[in-house]
Amino acid sequence: MQRFAWVRFIAVLKKEFIHIRRDRPSLIMAIAMPIAMLLIFGYAINTNVEHLPTVVWDQAQTVDSRELVTSIRNTQYMDPDNFVQGYQEIEGYMDSGKARAAVIIPPDFGKKIQGMESASVQVLVDGSDPTVARAVMSAVQMLGLNKSLQLQSERIVAMGTAPGLEMPLNFETRVWYNPDMKSMVFNIPALIGLILQNVIAMLTSFSIVREKERGTMEQLVVTPIRPLELMLGKLIPFVFIGFVSLCLILATGIFWFGVVPIGSIPLLFVLSTLFLITILAIGLLISSIAKTQLQAMQMTFILLLPSILLSGFIFPRETMPTLLQLLGGLFPLTYFLRIVRGIFLKGVGMEYLWQDTLILCAFAVLLLAIAAKKFKKTLD
Amino acid sequence: MKLAIDCQGLVKRFGTYTAVQGVTFQIPPGTIMGFVGPNGAGKTTIIRMLCGVLVPTEGQATVLGFDVRTQPEEIKQRIGYMSQKFSLYEDLTVGENLDFYAGVYSLRGEIARAEKTRVIELIGLGDRTSQLVASLSGGWKQRVALGCALLHNPQLLILDEPTAGVDPVTRRIFWDLIHQLAKGGMTVLVSTHYMDEADTCDYLGFVFYGRLIAFGSPDDMKKQETKANLDDLFIYYVKHEASDDPRNLVKRKGGLS
Repeated sequence: MQRFAWVRFIAVLKKEFIHIRRDRPSLIMAIAMPIAMLLIFGYAINTNVEHLPTVVWDQAQTVDSRELVTSIRNTQYMDPDNFVQGYQEIEGYMDSGKARAAVIIPPDFGKKIQGMESASVQVLVDGSDPTVARAVMSAVQMLGLNKSLQLQSERIVAMGTAPGLEMPLNFETRVWYNPDMKSMVFNIPALIGLILQNVIAMLTSFSIVREKERGTMEQLVVTPIRPLELMLGKLIPFVFIGFVSLCLILATGIFWFGVVPIGSIPLLFVLSTLFLITILAIGLLISSIAKTQLQAMQMTFILLLPSILLSGFIFPRETMPTLLQLLGGLFPLTYFLRIVRGIFLKGVGMEYLWQDTLILCAFAVLLLAIAAKKFKKTLD
Repeated sequence: MKLAIDCQGLVKRFGTYTAVQGVTFQIPPGTIMGFVGPNGAGKTTIIRMLCGVLVPTEGQATVLGFDVRTQPEEIKQRIGYMSQKFSLYEDLTVGENLDFYAGVYSLRGEIARAEKTRVIELIGLGDRTSQLVASLSGGWKQRVALGCALLHNPQLLILDEPTAGVDPVTRRIFWDLIHQLAKGGMTVLVSTHYMDEADTCDYLGFVFYGRLIAFGSPDDMKKQETKANLDDLFIYYVKHEASDDPRNLVKRKGGLS
């Protein structure tokens, strides 16, 4: 049996450390990724839903109703900052996602509370994210119970006897958009964005980096081919592939999982194309930096993981710390998720999606401009 | 007579590093010019400047009458280029590679088909057109790469170490083809490490430390330094030039040699 030689072992060890030191992307992955992941996971996985934007329609306008709004605010779960008149306005807030819950106080609220009767308040919850909806519902129920007990004891003191078994304050909760609160309904539309992002960004960057790796790029440089011709020629096939995967995901979602979009499918396709263009630009950008396919893959993953956590794919963005919310705003996926979920679950159209669409447009133009410029440099 | 390549004092610097320094030479059309010199001497950098890919830091050069600075696109359309890497798409067949490069050089329909047939016959690719490039031997890859570079009937063929790592028989066939093309009026610029190949060139340039230290016909060069063959000449140049290297002077002063 041969003896274990420390010299040889140390030599290998030394060499490997040199490899690692020279391999910048891996080094960055090894050091920066764990820290970034830890920070993101630590802050973003906050299943405590807090400070949800809430809209209030106070028809009573009395001391009691205002007190109720204050106690809703005190739960910390909801921020009743917007006051409206009428269902239509509430719908507007909920459809656009400006509010995730709505509180409707009936006109006779004060009278009933003062008159020892039972009052009921309606609470509408945006069920597209079941986690959020559940948290709001239980918070509201707890509040109702607390308030009722408080009122009950006040009434006992005032009357000397128990006024009856009925709860003095009732919260009727109603879930909008995803009444069964199925997480599948929430997740499948979002998967369209995520899958498109992963697959297309990686494939695009691979196809260009491969040319660099195999030396064919060097050959293309000495031919009369123009950067734009090469770039478009390389990107168009992936637009096509993107459409095929989009159709596949949609079909699987509809026919296998039974998640049917309520809104317009043509609109979904148009806005998905926009998203696809930004993703192609990201792929192009990666390919202009990466020298090997492995590097391209690493970069795609570096981009991908935070986008899963920060875009609102799993965790509601509203409950994240401001810094993470801002970071999440840097990913096109964030805006596309709002668009697909809006179309799928709420059936809304451009009247509510124009802002996200504009931001996505800005991303597409900016990223394409940078990517095209960088790409031209690799060819010149 | 119009010159195929006219270089006047070409200089290329990368930052503070000077890769090519004051290269001047002229070659007439229909001749074969060989570049020899050690690895890293700057042969590829000179070639890339002549292709219009790298912009020279200083100096002038015209290729086929076009300025390398201002008319790189005209040059690219008229030259054929092939490097030692045989830059082919391995997952495509021979025919598909030819089709791709025909398209890149804007050959269409009937003309593209005719040129493809001509090249296949010229290179002797015959029934291999439907074979995947990945399955070809090094020699055949070299021929396919040459075929791709000849599709558009270039006036100037630039070959960067085309025979590196290729067996002697294939090398012979390859060079017969090069001479045949030159006879047909094509100018050929080729870099090589093989002195037997260099010997058959019409002009020879010796590149060392980024400078063209000797230029002329192989016979003239041998006569000038009274060497029997190019191998001796090569070694003589390297020793001669290396002795001028400041590092060697220091060594000698220190009494190490």
